[in-house]
Amino acid sequence: MAAPTSDKLILPRYRRDPEGTHPPLNSPGYRSTQLRYPKQPLVLLPQMLTEVTGPLLGPGRVGELDNDLTRQHAEEPQGQRILVHGRLLDGDGRGIPNSLVEIWQANAGGRYRHIGDNWPAPLDPNFDGVGRTITDSEGRYEFTTIKPGAYPWKNHDNAWRPAHIHFSVFGQAFTQRLVTQMYFPDDPLFFQDPIFNSIPDEKARQRMISRFDYSRTTDHWALAFEFDIVVRGRDQSVFENEEDEEE
Amino acid sequence: MTTPSQTVGPYLAIGLPWEDGPAVVPEGTEGAVWIRGTVTDGEGNPVPDAMVETWQADPQGRFDHPDDPRGRVPGFRGFGRCPTQPDGSYEIRTLLPGAVPGEGGAVQAPHIDVSVFARGLLNRVVTRIYFPDNAEANAADAVLNSVPQERRGTLIAAKTADGYRFDVRLQGEAETVFFDV
Repeated sequence: MAAPTSDKLILPRYRRDPEGTHPPLNSPGYRSTQLRYPKQPLVLLPQMLTEVTGPLLGPGRVGELDNDLTRQHAEEPQGQRILVHGRLLDGDGRGIPNSLVEIWQANAGGRYRHIGDNWPAPLDPNFDGVGRTITDSEGRYEFTTIKPGAYPWKNHDNAWRPAHIHFSVFGQAFTQRLVTQMYFPDDPLFFQDPIFNSIPDEKARQRMISRFDYSRTTDHWALAFEFDIVVRGRDQSVFENEEDEEE
Repeated sequence: MTTPSQTVGPYLAIGLPWEDGPAVVPEGTEGAVWIRGTVTDGEGNPVPDAMVETWQADPQGRFDHPDDPRGRVPGFRGFGRCPTQPDGSYEIRTLLPGAVPGEGGAVQAPHIDVSVFARGLLNRVVTRIYFPDNAEANAADAVLNSVPQERRGTLIAAKTADGYRFDVRLQGEAETVFFDV
């Protein structure tokens, strides 16, 4: 990056996302938001050093089998074996290399290995539902897992979550931190799910749905889904001083 | 083209906690402090299924990151992560950050950026921890000064025997100031 000067720092700047990209914190259809969303307006935080940097978490965080959720136990888990792959990209389509990707999910019957999940689908002794990996030099990642099941919850009458995999990514800066959920194409449960439908912009909402990827299926082994995760893009270099920018 | 945010849901505890998550620095590190607090909801009840993440400069105000224009200083992780317990509490062991350059030659008071994730939060909420020991620097801090005065106190940790207390009130009385980054 540019050299420091006596009284100016040249920092990257991360573009704010268009209105409607992210869900409003107050989303009454998802009842759990109601006692948890801040009621006071958010205060604009200028992007300074702490915000344009972030933890670079890579090697050492991930074990050899952490990206294969079907090989973490003595035997294979129940369910449809799938490959989930894609790229971690910034808003300009550049792959983000050497960056941590974490996932967690329900088993094939829609049950999480969590003490609080007690709906009557069996736990699978061969499935933890947790994976981690590091993106390669082009931002690519892949996991082998099983397709998670849908499951009921208490949000509304006869409420079911569409099948999904939770994704957590860091990108390269605090401003790029993102936790999302990956969905599967043509899920019939979308219409009644307030979490999926919390995204105001229809096109943005569709970006959470993975693409069935026949080209990456493996004959007699696994189906494949492609899911790119896009975090905020950055401007190449911007003077930190607003007045300078306008001159 | 950004991918939308979604809630971590109720079961983040199976996937996100790390054994060394709360340890920004290892046990026995000289000068280490504990930052502890509780996450509460709009009725003042503890939030037992949240996760708190912290990001900060080292004691010299530097970052182990290539975009620090003064040059990268390797060695200090700067990152902490702690899921909340059934009583809503979290804890992070770290070193106090140094002052960090701000805009136009100004200096920012020492601070820690915080993200809170939880079921019922469709996106993370972001806040900052400041420290009561730095009254003068806090008074001159541009970010603190951009916050309405009567709410500023929610961003300043309280001194404890082995560090600081920083509670996060998601909603309601004395609601924590959250930032749009």
